Amino acid sequence: MSALPLPTVAAPPTAGAFRVVLFEGTGAEPMPNALRSELLTGLLKSGYATSVVRAGGNVSPMQSGTLVVLGRFTEAQPDTLDAQPDAQGGPVTVHFRTVADQTAAELLAQVETLREATQLPKPGTWKPWFPVIDYDRCTNCMQCLSFCLFDVYGVDSEKRIQVQNQNKCKTDCPACSRVCPEVAILFPKYRHGPINGDVVSDDDVRRESMKVDISSLLGGDIYQALRDRSAKFKSRFSKERDSDKALLERQKCLTKLGEQLDIPAEVFASLPSLDEIKAKAEAAQAKAEAMLAGQSR
Amino acid sequence: MTLPLRVLYCHCTYANVVPKAVKEEVLRQLAESGIPFDAVPDLCELSARKDPSLPDLISSDEPLKIVACYPRAVKWLFSAANTPLPADGVAILNMRTDTAEAIMAQLRGEMETSTSEEESE
Repeated sequence: MSALPLPTVAAPPTAGAFRVVLFEGTGAEPMPNALRSELLTGLLKSGYATSVVRAGGNVSPMQSGTLVVLGRFTEAQPDTLDAQPDAQGGPVTVHFRTVADQTAAELLAQVETLREATQLPKPGTWKPWFPVIDYDRCTNCMQCLSFCLFDVYGVDSEKRIQVQNQNKCKTDCPACSRVCPEVAILFPKYRHGPINGDVVSDDDVRRESMKVDISSLLGGDIYQALRDRSAKFKSRFSKERDSDKALLERQKCLTKLGEQLDIPAEVFASLPSLDEIKAKAEAAQAKAEAMLAGQSR
Repeated sequence: MTLPLRVLYCHCTYANVVPKAVKEEVLRQLAESGIPFDAVPDLCELSARKDPSLPDLISSDEPLKIVACYPRAVKWLFSAANTPLPADGVAILNMRTDTAEAIMAQLRGEMETSTSEEESE
């Protein structure tokens, strides 16, 4: 059996990586174009990182984890091989699967079976929507920390703002980026620039500043605006006893806010109660102020 | 001879912000080009879970071309996963703004330039 020139292994060791290799280097014949394309697309859509290995070039190394190598091998390969090709690297388990007459769907099913055996979670179960901070622009003003009600933000040991709980972010809601005066918060999957990572122009900075002003016009801050509108609607509700009218008023308020900040309706639907909002906003504000006080010392 | 650069392609699987026609055409041309390359389903997902493969994907002695989206987004996605991109030797090609032809031309052009430089040395 000849040794295949697989991705090399490098330090330091980590665990949990899972990668598929479409092997077309020395010791294997190229796959038909149609099969390769269909398989590659299917693997990526199913959430699998894939390297196409060919003679005359390199792909990334693998420190540790599981490699599934698919190829039209010219010589028999072992079903499974445990390797530690570098003293500093962790163990790599390599599964070889010969591509013969299988369809792309059948090969993908083989990969799924091997992934399930590793007990790694199924990829693609969560839409990766979360803020990313551009530290070239961020001034650590903590407005995002004060604003977010879902505990997405926190600070590191050096009191620098950071995104700590990406999975708590509300899908498709870019509201915190709207309150950032420096246009330092990105949502790479957002439709429009500069929030999507496009270059920030002077006009963008002016426009974002105006949006902060708009939120101020709503009554100091957005949560205060929500509370004020709620108080008004409660008062009217008590007088008129008209639940439909009250609901309509609240919906109008939220719709207006949603349009201005591009916040999906689902986010409003999942907001905590007004009392909880008040408590959370105060806690976040206190946390941000404490961090800022710490910075100025 | 080995190719003078490495290619990392992101399929942006979990959103429709990269034009489907562009990413599929780039992937098709890469697959049929004879170029070895790494492809990931979604760099955002890898960043969010600080995937252990991220350091591997950018560790390279050769110049690295990342075919993904806006360079500012890609830079800070890697940084957010505690895997900052090297200051030199990394170029990011943007499938949200460029055509598939323009991206492939940049990849091929870079390879031809680097190869001819290597041969003349």
